[in-house]
Amino acid sequence: MRFKRSSILPGFWPAFAFALSYLSLLVLIPLSSVALTTASEGWGRAWRIITAPQVLASLRLSFGASLAAALINSVFGFLVAWVLARYQFPGKRLVDALVDLPFALPTAVAGITLAALYSETGWIGSVFAQAGIRVAYTPLGVLVALTFIGLPFVVRSVQPVLEDIEQEAEEAAASLGAGRGQTFRLVLFPLARPALLTGFALAFARGLGEYGSVVFISGNIPLRTEITPLLIITRLEQYDYAGAAAIALVMLAASLVLLFAINLLQWRTRRAMEAPGL
Amino acid sequence: MSARRVCQDPPLLRWGLTLLAVGYLVLFIVLPLVTLFAGALSKGWRAYGAAIFHPDTLDAVRLTLLAAGIAVPLNALFGLAAAWAIARFEFRGKNLLITLIDLPLAVSPVVAGLIFVLVFGAHGWLGPWLADRGWQIIFAVPGIVIATLFVTVPYVARELIPLMQAQGAEEEEAALVLGAGGWRIFFRITLPNIQWSLLYGVVLCTARALGEFGAVSVVSGHIRGETNTLPLHVEILYNEYRFTAAFAVASLLSALALVTLVVKRLLEGKKEPRYKAQAAQPFGEA
Repeated sequence: MRFKRSSILPGFWPAFAFALSYLSLLVLIPLSSVALTTASEGWGRAWRIITAPQVLASLRLSFGASLAAALINSVFGFLVAWVLARYQFPGKRLVDALVDLPFALPTAVAGITLAALYSETGWIGSVFAQAGIRVAYTPLGVLVALTFIGLPFVVRSVQPVLEDIEQEAEEAAASLGAGRGQTFRLVLFPLARPALLTGFALAFARGLGEYGSVVFISGNIPLRTEITPLLIITRLEQYDYAGAAAIALVMLAASLVLLFAINLLQWRTRRAMEAPGL
Repeated sequence: MSARRVCQDPPLLRWGLTLLAVGYLVLFIVLPLVTLFAGALSKGWRAYGAAIFHPDTLDAVRLTLLAAGIAVPLNALFGLAAAWAIARFEFRGKNLLITLIDLPLAVSPVVAGLIFVLVFGAHGWLGPWLADRGWQIIFAVPGIVIATLFVTVPYVARELIPLMQAQGAEEEEAALVLGAGGWRIFFRITLPNIQWSLLYGVVLCTARALGEFGAVSVVSGHIRGETNTLPLHVEILYNEYRFTAAFAVASLLSALALVTLVVKRLLEGKKEPRYKAQAAQPFGEA
């Protein structure tokens, strides 16, 4: 089989060569440095670095908090998507636009703002403090930051699917004797499920690598509130390139697995949306 | 019972859910915004102006604009080239290429910064070679530009590829048959068909370039007046307990984010639809 199917249009080779060399020089070759630098120092040392208590604690926090934040956003993101797709209410356009704010706001700005809001003197933090709960500088603060940053993913994945479901599907369900609850459980929710999963995976992936919005509210207490990306920076500041690369390799592997899963899910979502009756 | 009624939720449920959803957004989005602007203005407009027009802030503005000014046009060019190759031709490994373009979005910003330290840093692959020539990339402006380039690679390409795939090649092929050359086809047919989506991608790309923190933070070295972008300047001010100034500079970036949201909304109404347009009958319906 030949590499490229023939076409009458010009410009394939210049466009392809430019895109591929650009991507290789800027993305692929630099990313390979993570694996190569780790390997050059030996896998034994890399393993010792990754399994050090401080790194393991940070991995637990990063994975745990990202997972919890993605779950919170799955519930509330689905709710927001549902309300925006199906109900009319005053100010809806403004609310719809505000959902994207965590995408648009620089992470450092989000970070200092959340730290101020949830510190013991902040508006929300002081309410929690009266109940004896500290948010800023605890793992709970990490959860708050990751929930903020992941908020748009589920909404923007699920909303278009809910908007595309035609009323006929619901009418058919109703005419066959289904109540509203049954229609939701058996018709609407299954249609939106692949998109919900995609949004969940996107929010989780984003949370895992997030840095700027977390480091201000987390307080970076060793073994307690250090996230994994922060440990990479700490290693770099000590000029321990191989150590930083070893920790980064774990994160990179997780990113690649998630990217693959997300692509698979998006492909399934598209197929579900193209299914007859939609 | 009418069909409309069947598919509508009871009012109590409707309003309950709406209140819950809006409440969630107020808690997580509106309150932080209010905190931010309240913090910025907590010592009055004069302190606000002093923070914004401080020489260090203005230096940071200049560097931020420089990095975005280089990264956005280059990545727009990349997006156009990638979309032309992917959406107009069939070749092996195409899906892999599309996935690779998304890669920078999946990588942690810190890892994005780290890789360039591993390549260009003092102890990195090219470190000794660069040092011999007196060139510095890490802890200098070129490093910031490269890190910004990396994190903003996908934005334009992601907008254009699905659009051009949906539009198909018929119009360009017709122009070619009628005798138009490659560049003429591109400027007269392709570009007008994708202009709003291109602009949309450029807006997203610019917003990310101006606001990037993690990747730039790793390669910058935080040298004031030299390698400090606006988001890094916010961090420095905050860590020096100059909260009002930190929030003032942050409010500048937030205002920019709000403008981005408005422009995005406006462009969403203009963006070319991602299904085959009716223009497939260019000579009208007979």
